[in-house]
Amino acid sequence: MIKTDILIIGAGPTGLFTVFEAGLLKLRCHLIDALPHPGGQCSELYPKKPIYDIPGLPEILAGDLTKNLLEQGKQFEPGFTLGERAETIEKQEDGSFIVTTNKGTKHHAPIVAIAGGLGSFEPRKPLIDNITDFEDKGVEYFIKDPEVYRNKRVVISGGGDSALDWSIFLADIASEVTLVHRRNEFRGALDSVERVQELKLLGKINIITPAEVTALEGFNKIESVVVTKGDEKIRLRADHFIPLFGLSPKLGPIGNWGLEIEKNAIKVDTLDYQTNIAGIFAIGDVNTYEGKLKLILCGFHEATLMCQSAYKILNPNKKLVLKYTTVSGINGFDGTRKEAPKAVVKAIV
Amino acid sequence: MMDVNIVIKDREGVMHKVIAPTDMAMNLMEVCKSYELPVEGICGGMAMCASCQCYILSNHDLPKMQDEEEAMLSEAFYVEDNSRLGCQINITSALEGLLVELAPES
Repeated sequence: MIKTDILIIGAGPTGLFTVFEAGLLKLRCHLIDALPHPGGQCSELYPKKPIYDIPGLPEILAGDLTKNLLEQGKQFEPGFTLGERAETIEKQEDGSFIVTTNKGTKHHAPIVAIAGGLGSFEPRKPLIDNITDFEDKGVEYFIKDPEVYRNKRVVISGGGDSALDWSIFLADIASEVTLVHRRNEFRGALDSVERVQELKLLGKINIITPAEVTALEGFNKIESVVVTKGDEKIRLRADHFIPLFGLSPKLGPIGNWGLEIEKNAIKVDTLDYQTNIAGIFAIGDVNTYEGKLKLILCGFHEATLMCQSAYKILNPNKKLVLKYTTVSGINGFDGTRKEAPKAVVKAIV
Repeated sequence: MMDVNIVIKDREGVMHKVIAPTDMAMNLMEVCKSYELPVEGICGGMAMCASCQCYILSNHDLPKMQDEEEAMLSEAFYVEDNSRLGCQINITSALEGLLVELAPES
């Protein structure tokens, strides 16, 4: 069981900044995220895109913002459960919570901060009737262990970077790689597109365009896929079908936690961004209130106020006074200390 | 300053007559959101999510599709010949009388 002071669900910018603000109040944080890496939308959707409205940073790439936030919070030693989705929450007698992920990892904390953005990123599934019947029986939406595909026949569909990159990667592992895409053009980094072309010429990747996988066949597991190209139907023997059509965020299981939901977002009190369940807060894009703006900078503000309230819940009898980092410096949990250099005043005689 | 009248058919078939300003640098996805129509606009308008996909039902001369939009639509679901991403259609006076239908959510 992982124990912490504030359990943050969602490792996007708001969740990451919470680590820093909580750390200033000597509260420890642990983050859960469905994606295998921190950064949320910033790293999943647009890592190379510039953001212009972070105060004090005239221009920063979303990927760099993630990197900076991790750096800013690192002395507070946050824990991470990545690649797992927060599934259930149970309130304990003492008012604390146990949150369990889809992989069974349990987390225990007195405060839960949901910073889930638009929800957890789930794979977009192609519209093939029986696709769910073959999930984990040959259909995989993520590639976790490439070794699974060694000497197997793999069909990948999609036209973006992940379809290209995995086709290239698996060309050396699988016995057969077929890439199916709806158009003749691929959307991806130029060198990936060129590499796929080379591998096609070498006979290591079979490309079928413009075409779509329209049916899956097999008994208990995938045995073949049907590719439709114009009027033609091609049946390919296959052990695995990997559709890579990107990810789309879904509020998911959090929607069933008994929280007040309005238009796919969690209603909060703007006093401290607490939800209708005491001890559970919602900050950043996942919450809603009158006048809400889904901006990173608003998420930062919400995280800051939330931490003050969390501190008061955890330390009801302690006085709390706002400290300025410039004056007080930062004491990391890792023993480091950051502080402003002392100005030396000397009289000139 | 001029406003244009647009009709948006939602996923239940209900028609919404909306008035969109041409001087606010708005796009069709943002107009839908401002009228609280069920358009997510997840990526914020970067042609990266297709949650604002719509079908153009009227004969308007729309801005030509750029590479990013074309690429996104080549990967999206429920795509038809008249599919466009609302976020890539800027509101101009040329859109007066536009009729669009929201594509299903995927």
